[in-house]
Amino acid sequence: MKRKENARVCGINELAPGIFSLWLESSMAAEAKPGCFVGVYPKNGAHVLMRPISICDVNAQKTQLRLVFRAAGEGTKEISGLRVGEEVALLGVLGNGYDTQAMQGKKLLLLGGGIGIPPMLLLAKELSDAGISCNAVLGYADRNDFLRDEFDNVCRTYVATMDGSLGTKGTVIDALNENMLMADICCACGPMPMLKAVKGFAADCGMKAYLSLEERMACGVGACLGCVTKTAHPDPHTHVNNTRICVEGPVFDASEVLL
Amino acid sequence: MNLKVNIAGVELKNPVMSASGTFGSGHEYSELTDINRLGAVVTKGVAFEPWEGNPTPRVTEVYGGMLNAIGLQNPGVDVFIERDIPFLRKFDTRIIVNVCGHTVEEYCKVVERLNGQDVDAYEINLSCPNVKQGALAFGQDPKVLEETTAAIKKVAAKPIIIKLSPNVTSIRDMALAAEAGGADAISLINTLIGMKIDIERRRFVLANKTGGFSGPAIKPVALRMVYEAAHAVKLPVIGMGGIACAEDAIEFLLAGASAVAVGTMNFADPRTMEHVAEGIEAYLKRHGLEDVRELIGAADA
Repeated sequence: MKRKENARVCGINELAPGIFSLWLESSMAAEAKPGCFVGVYPKNGAHVLMRPISICDVNAQKTQLRLVFRAAGEGTKEISGLRVGEEVALLGVLGNGYDTQAMQGKKLLLLGGGIGIPPMLLLAKELSDAGISCNAVLGYADRNDFLRDEFDNVCRTYVATMDGSLGTKGTVIDALNENMLMADICCACGPMPMLKAVKGFAADCGMKAYLSLEERMACGVGACLGCVTKTAHPDPHTHVNNTRICVEGPVFDASEVLL
Repeated sequence: MNLKVNIAGVELKNPVMSASGTFGSGHEYSELTDINRLGAVVTKGVAFEPWEGNPTPRVTEVYGGMLNAIGLQNPGVDVFIERDIPFLRKFDTRIIVNVCGHTVEEYCKVVERLNGQDVDAYEINLSCPNVKQGALAFGQDPKVLEETTAAIKKVAAKPIIIKLSPNVTSIRDMALAAEAGGADAISLINTLIGMKIDIERRRFVLANKTGGFSGPAIKPVALRMVYEAAHAVKLPVIGMGGIACAEDAIEFLLAGASAVAVGTMNFADPRTMEHVAEGIEAYLKRHGLEDVRELIGAADA
């Protein structure tokens, strides 16, 4: 059940310049699925909207959830300044998440670009726990990587950097080609140019693809219709091929969304 | 103690309702807040046909509030009747349908379609700043506003509440025009037209370039306009604009509003409306008042 409630900070550290890892003690951890997100509210009342942040990980007891995010604006900068023991208000659990049940017996490829990498970690862990074989390709701007070791612990991991300082020089697609990686299903989260490229790549090689989309959001629960994406078929809310990323997504079958 | 107020013959159990467009048709927030505790649900705008709305980005935060340019995406009146009215009727609250259109005929068609339905009143959106054709065009010229109001009033079998835009020179003239056209009540303010530019990308943040500015930052402007409108007309006024807590709501009542709506702050806390209703009751107790209606317009008494 969706709710707004306080969570207690149990760990916070900077993984790479501007990229923070925040562990929160929250009952929402028990409901967290890979691909789902929570809304984090800045304390400063000048910021009225929650910051939608994907769930990166959950502890073994399912009592804590982890958010890895970029401190990009004032709101996320404030959140990056939280200290252990402090409380922060969350709205969650939001979004549909990945359906890992449907991935049984398939070969998976997980693609993460920049701040799209964190949600792929929980997905990699769930797939690994379910005995589903997967490879991950992580794309960074430069050598300031993050979460790489943790992916290495659960799956075979490849890296691409735009400046060539680590792994393949170029995008995650370049790394796919260089390493001749193929799969039945690929799951991707990252900037829009990457998602467009993944959609095209998957279509060309007949691979099923799921994309985790991002958009500016207000309510996070499907009421305001702020965060829509164009779809191939009529959407369930308005029937105008404009579906809500916060409710029907953020994870979509790539063939269903027009990017 | 009495918390009931009467808006054009519609009795509300308390003076707190949702502002159109921030609460869907209640369904999305039903897990997060108790709809039974609201005086009314004012729905998101309902047109005759489905509307696609604007391109994204449609929303962005600004200091003390947000901008939106949703463009009234909605499934149209038929889906609203089949899906949303039966859902809302499960709750002990009033249903006020926000009606939008591109032309006077479209507004009238929606109202005619809803006349036989189990809803309590219509709020006529003559003030959406984000739709190219219609909406705000009806709300910025007093003569057009009066004629549009009169045309809708003629076909409406339930009370009509005219929602006014703050993007006008004289809110007083617009309130008077709504009254002259036969409105049963007025509600204000709709959003103020605003803008935000991303200086790194050197581009407008919203695809629509401009958007409706709402949230706590607009409250002083909204309060002043509600005061001016309430003093210009004899109609009941529903006041809104940046209400975040009971104290804000009480200011609007004291300025002359008979009821209040909470919009953007539903996003900050889905239980804001419950807290506002509880807080008004606590305020009455604290001041030894028996009836919330004693507050209406009392700042000037």
